Amino acid sequence: MAVLIDLVLLAMLAITALRVIFLKDLFAVVMLFGIYSFLSALIFVSLDAVDVAFTEASVGAGISTVLMLGTLALTGRTEKENKHSSLLPFLVVVVTGAALVYGTLDMPPFGHPDNPVHEHVAPRYIEQSPKEVGLPNMVTSVLASYRGFDTLGETVVVFAAAIGVMSLLGIRRRSEDETPESGLKEHQVLRVVAKLLIPFVVLFALYVQFHGDFGPGGGFQAGVIAAAAFILYALVYGLPLAFQVIGPKFLQLLAPFGVLLYASVGLYSMFKGGLFLDYNTLASDPVAGQHYGIIIIELGVGITVFAVMLSIFYAFASQAERSNVQ
Amino acid sequence: MFVLDIISSVLLVAGVFFGLSGAIGLFKFPDFFTRVHAASVTDSIAAILIISGLLLQTSFDLNTAKLIFIFFFLMITSPTASHALAKSARHGGLLSMAERKTSDNSNTQENQH
Amino acid sequence: MSTVLAAVCIAILVVMALALARACTAPTVYDRILGVNMFGTKTVLFIAAVGFLMGRPDFLDIAIVYALINFIGMVAVLRFFEYTAPIE
Repeated sequence: MAVLIDLVLLAMLAITALRVIFLKDLFAVVMLFGIYSFLSALIFVSLDAVDVAFTEASVGAGISTVLMLGTLALTGRTEKENKHSSLLPFLVVVVTGAALVYGTLDMPPFGHPDNPVHEHVAPRYIEQSPKEVGLPNMVTSVLASYRGFDTLGETVVVFAAAIGVMSLLGIRRRSEDETPESGLKEHQVLRVVAKLLIPFVVLFALYVQFHGDFGPGGGFQAGVIAAAAFILYALVYGLPLAFQVIGPKFLQLLAPFGVLLYASVGLYSMFKGGLFLDYNTLASDPVAGQHYGIIIIELGVGITVFAVMLSIFYAFASQAERSNVQ
Repeated sequence: MFVLDIISSVLLVAGVFFGLSGAIGLFKFPDFFTRVHAASVTDSIAAILIISGLLLQTSFDLNTAKLIFIFFFLMITSPTASHALAKSARHGGLLSMAERKTSDNSNTQENQH
Repeated sequence: MSTVLAAVCIAILVVMALALARACTAPTVYDRILGVNMFGTKTVLFIAAVGFLMGRPDFLDIAIVYALINFIGMVAVLRFFEYTAPIE
């Protein structure tokens, strides 16, 4: 049954990918990319990688679709005609693909218990993390505690991405505040429904943020979902109103705040006599210290991701509105 | 328990039937607005039936609450999305089949925006 | 019971495949959006059903995210669609 579902999903994934290659209308390509992300998230679900599926669904299908649409609004809808011969790229792709297929021949059998992944660190996490960290969701223990340093690096990378987008595009406020173009003014039903839904979306984001210790989720996913709520607001009611709710300046403060909050937990644990990001020293009981540390750093990740995603969207959308008004 | 299982199966199968009929309607119906009709109406009824069927399988805990949340979410968003899409198509100047016929027959037809 | 759930999962997969086919070969761009939207809602139902089939009801969290993201994606498509002039 599970194999059948996997095969059907993989087949649909391949069909979508092939269709994306042959389409010239980039608008349709973006929509098919959304389906592609949904499908790969479904494959993660059927592989039982719930946290990864969560991230793929919210980032891949949600935010990146919105951002790609924003890019299309800036650049135009059709693919440029390619004048070059495609023989050399085709050869490169075939050779690379053949090398990759050849590489898979040496891979250990799928799902075998003696595979290398199951022999080194994984058993330790599975056996020790309930005692050492004590969280029901082992993925969160690994990400936030055992590999807290990596996660700090990832948060910094997300922050750096925001800096990159800001320095390239920047958020432009228009001089005259009200333009006819802003928001979906014609869609009255959509406006009412969006107003109804946004509080629940934010509530769900908070649930994901603070329930990440027990179920799938965590700071990254929560930040993306919260950003999606405000993106919905900005899409329906227009950017000027969204700027009044959460201004770009405030986001520019929020993004570094999350990273600093994360790093300060590490510094505080050093101050208490442990190593950097050693949560055991945060409280008298090591397990309780782990809990405090994980909740605070997840909050830091959530704040940074929220601020970064929303300000990247602001950057694209404000440029798109400007270029379309002129 | 046995009775609940039977009711749940009936609901699930009925939901799937409507889902399938909607997908077929997506191909078979003649113009865009009828296709919206096929997709959105069956989407709603399939969601109602399947989620009710699954609700009977829970033991009334957090999962029940989540299913009810999904239920209301789909009930609100799915018709809204269809409505907004149809409205957008209308504004974009897409004509229904009947309108296209009349405008083909007598080229004096005016677009109602 | 689990046979019914398995059958339901496969049938929803079929519906998803049909919606995907529609999204790939749509006559107008609106049909494409319609297919994508239908794919999204059916995916939500699929995840919920698979969660019950595999005995992992925490999949429901992902179903909620899907429902959410699908709606936001639809709104974004409509919004940016009104910017860029339609080709078809």
